[in-house]
Amino acid sequence: MMRRLVLFVPLVLFAVMALLFKVMIGHDPTELDLARKGQALPDFTLTDLQNPEQRWTQADLLGKPYLLNVWATWCPSCRAEHPVLVDLAQREGVRIVGLNYKDDRAAAQQWLVKLGDPYALTLFDEEGRFGLDLGVYGAPETYVVDAQGTLLYRHVGVVTQDVWRNTLAPLLNGPAGGSQ
Amino acid sequence: MMAAWLMRAAAMQLMRVGLILGFTLALSVHAAVEVYDFTSDEGYARYQSLTYELRCPKCQNQNIADSNADIAKDLRREVHRLIEEGQSDDQIVDYMVTRYGDFVRYKPPFNTATLILWVGPAVLALCGVGGLFWLGRRRRQRQIPNETSLSQDEQARLDDLLSDHESKK
Repeated sequence: MMRRLVLFVPLVLFAVMALLFKVMIGHDPTELDLARKGQALPDFTLTDLQNPEQRWTQADLLGKPYLLNVWATWCPSCRAEHPVLVDLAQREGVRIVGLNYKDDRAAAQQWLVKLGDPYALTLFDEEGRFGLDLGVYGAPETYVVDAQGTLLYRHVGVVTQDVWRNTLAPLLNGPAGGSQ
Repeated sequence: MMAAWLMRAAAMQLMRVGLILGFTLALSVHAAVEVYDFTSDEGYARYQSLTYELRCPKCQNQNIADSNADIAKDLRREVHRLIEEGQSDDQIVDYMVTRYGDFVRYKPPFNTATLILWVGPAVLALCGVGGLFWLGRRRRQRQIPNETSLSQDEQARLDDLLSDHESKK
């Protein structure tokens, strides 16, 4: 009897491995979980990209849910996702706040003139200090923030129509996202 | 004709060597690291050990002391700033964990998410040792019948056979 059972050991091992692989496949190990998930957006005081005299704080963004998109002119993937953001803002009226991260002000302004400006407003984080407080570790990153300023989710990498439809939109418009 | 071909081949070879040299130089230049001033030697020592045990979020398998990624530079800058502000090692590690999660620590804390990391090897070792014992016991059990007495029937039959053998002689 015992010896019969031993024969099943390879099968069981195989099943365990197969299950493990199924869980891990499609999981990107370079993608970090958002450490501040469920917490409030960290405090900041940053100038507006277009108008250095204008200062924004986290309180100015409250009231409506929005996407916080981290971008820079030195980031090729940001260029790839830019048309998608423009499309989302223009056709679907999505509220997107830009966070221009460790960039050159003039170059960033140029970029928006040339490629279109999908942002309700753009924060200028020259040294990346606010980015560091958020937990940004590369661009592009897109955060879903609800009307109360709570961080719901972070998408690392390019936002595509698929990512928007399947991941971001449900969070932004869902019950936790409030209004709309 | 032949000479021209030789010349061209030699020129190509030189270019190749030049390219390799160029790449090597470029790489070594990149490895430069910024310099920070510390008000105390102790602060410098702490900077060294902290940047050694904090992990770079972008490059995954390097600590922030070794990594040349932009984010690693920023984190080194922060470690320096926090040390100079008089924060303790624990406070600085907490500061990083709040922003980047337990991932940034090369010494992960003991909690439900890291349970398998801490307990896994011990469990595997126990399974291995247990398996060895089990195998050993089975082998011993299998050998016992060979050495010990036969059942009464068997003994009688053996005696019978042996006596047959004796009588035939």
